Amino acid sequence: MRGYALRRLGQAALTLLGVSVLVFVVLRVLPGDPAKMLLPEGAPQSAVDELNRHLGLREPLHVQYAIFIRSVSRGDFGQSFQYRAPALQVVTERLAATAQLALAAMFLTGTVGVSLGIVAAVQRGSRYDFASTFFAVLGQSLPNFWLGIMLILLFGVALRWLPTSGFESWRHLVLPAVTLAAFPTALVTRLTRSSMLEILGRDYIRTGRAKGLAERAVVLRHALRNAAVPVLTVLGLQIGTLLGGAVITESVFAWPGMGKLVVDAIFFRDFPVVQTVLIFSATIFVLINLLVDLLYTVIDPRIRYS
Amino acid sequence: MTERALEAALPTGRHRPPNATAVIGGLLLALVVLASAVAPLLSSADPVKPQFSRRLAPPWGLGGTATHVLGTDNLGRDILARLLHGGRISLALAAVSVVIAAAVGIVVGLVAGSGGERVDAMFMRLADVQLALPVIMLAIAIVAVVGTSPAALVGVLALSGWVLYARTVRANVLTIRRLEYVEAAYTLGASDLRIITRHILPNTLAPILVIGSSQFATMVLLESGLSFLGMGIQAPQPSWGLMLSEGRDYLSNAWWLATVPGLAISVVVLGANLLGDGLRDLLDPHAG
Repeated sequence: MRGYALRRLGQAALTLLGVSVLVFVVLRVLPGDPAKMLLPEGAPQSAVDELNRHLGLREPLHVQYAIFIRSVSRGDFGQSFQYRAPALQVVTERLAATAQLALAAMFLTGTVGVSLGIVAAVQRGSRYDFASTFFAVLGQSLPNFWLGIMLILLFGVALRWLPTSGFESWRHLVLPAVTLAAFPTALVTRLTRSSMLEILGRDYIRTGRAKGLAERAVVLRHALRNAAVPVLTVLGLQIGTLLGGAVITESVFAWPGMGKLVVDAIFFRDFPVVQTVLIFSATIFVLINLLVDLLYTVIDPRIRYS
Repeated sequence: MTERALEAALPTGRHRPPNATAVIGGLLLALVVLASAVAPLLSSADPVKPQFSRRLAPPWGLGGTATHVLGTDNLGRDILARLLHGGRISLALAAVSVVIAAAVGIVVGLVAGSGGERVDAMFMRLADVQLALPVIMLAIAIVAVVGTSPAALVGVLALSGWVLYARTVRANVLTIRRLEYVEAAYTLGASDLRIITRHILPNTLAPILVIGSSQFATMVLLESGLSFLGMGIQAPQPSWGLMLSEGRDYLSNAWWLATVPGLAISVVVLGANLLGDGLRDLLDPHAG
């Protein structure tokens, strides 16, 4: 177990190193003249020279990369010129809003998705099964920017039940969270359903029923626990979907998180912020999936890594 | 063509019944593709030129006239015409991206699967890196740096898609290579190239078609998402995502502006998803 944890940790570190190379290539190598890109338009020549010296932009690429990695590992992600503050600080200030939205969406995904999946599997072939499968297919096909706009049209413009933008109370959270959760919920519903169906056909489930266990215990204690591993894996991978989806959802609802920040930053050509958000999201994704992998052993004692 | 490729991919001598999900999905998709392909025949209106005297006309049957069946937008342009022409762009970009992603993924998968452990480990770590960055974030960063040309968009979309194919092909190579008849072929002196083209690729075609179909949906979503954010197809060119974004400002007085293009995207994505699901059921009855 310890060996496995260490190996997984090493892999995670390697992945993040790869991410740093990719970000470096996209923002420093592709543009040709990064100094132009990393500075506000019309910056004086002295600022260009200063940045060239600071980032070593006249050095060969591998030296530039070394400088890049050294400053990033010190927490120096450059200056945001849109906010005139360190990019790291600008991004961390927006982290809470995105976390709130993502957690709400994750909660919806976990509760609604898993319950719908269980009901569909237990009542296979019933109208409940049909309805939840229908919603799942729909949830995977509606683009989230359109879903968000349609929710605004219905609940904001027509019914006037909920606010359509801003970040003040829980009521502001409802529409963005539903929008963001739609796709992963659909996915988890389908996955829980198929995973449960497979487990419910196993011999030990029949044995459980034969010895007179309550159906509730069979489904929740025996089947669900065994069906949980693939579902958990996918939930972990959905962090990526949520962070990516937040880019669009936050833009639709003017939610002041990392996603909206990165879109605004692109329009202001505030690349230090873009770079920070990219590295941040990748780190969150890698860490959560590492955690999920290590959690398996707790959920399913049969999994022992040596 | 898909049908025949599928039959070639299936084990011969077995007949399977047609799959309703695949047929419905295929029909939905075919409908939109066909309508976009013959766009000039279906609507003679100009999709780009503004006509301010006809701004925000509602759809036919909802207070509008049959001249503009789906109404007009904020610049008086015919929405049906924009929808059909936008479909051409969106669908073509998605299709080209899927083909490139598949080609790259297949090559990487073959190399990773047959190139030994170190090459394999390297490519799979590369896939991890790709997976760790939310596609849309990476895409907007790249587009911001290199510009929003159609070529850049295709490149970004293809870049986001190769991993799935690579993983599938790699897994298949590793399995198929151990099959007795392939080992026999090796023993008889067949070259790697021959093994790959004669044995491995035909056996991998089925899952590739399934992935390709579902991924077409993802690509359409991604392209329209980028255009929605203003980082894809640029105005005044019609694109579903861009139309949606333009319609956002008119929700309270002209809801059809944002509703219609979203419906079009949903129909395409639904069709491609259903087709993918159906094909998967057809080809692999064990998969959920």
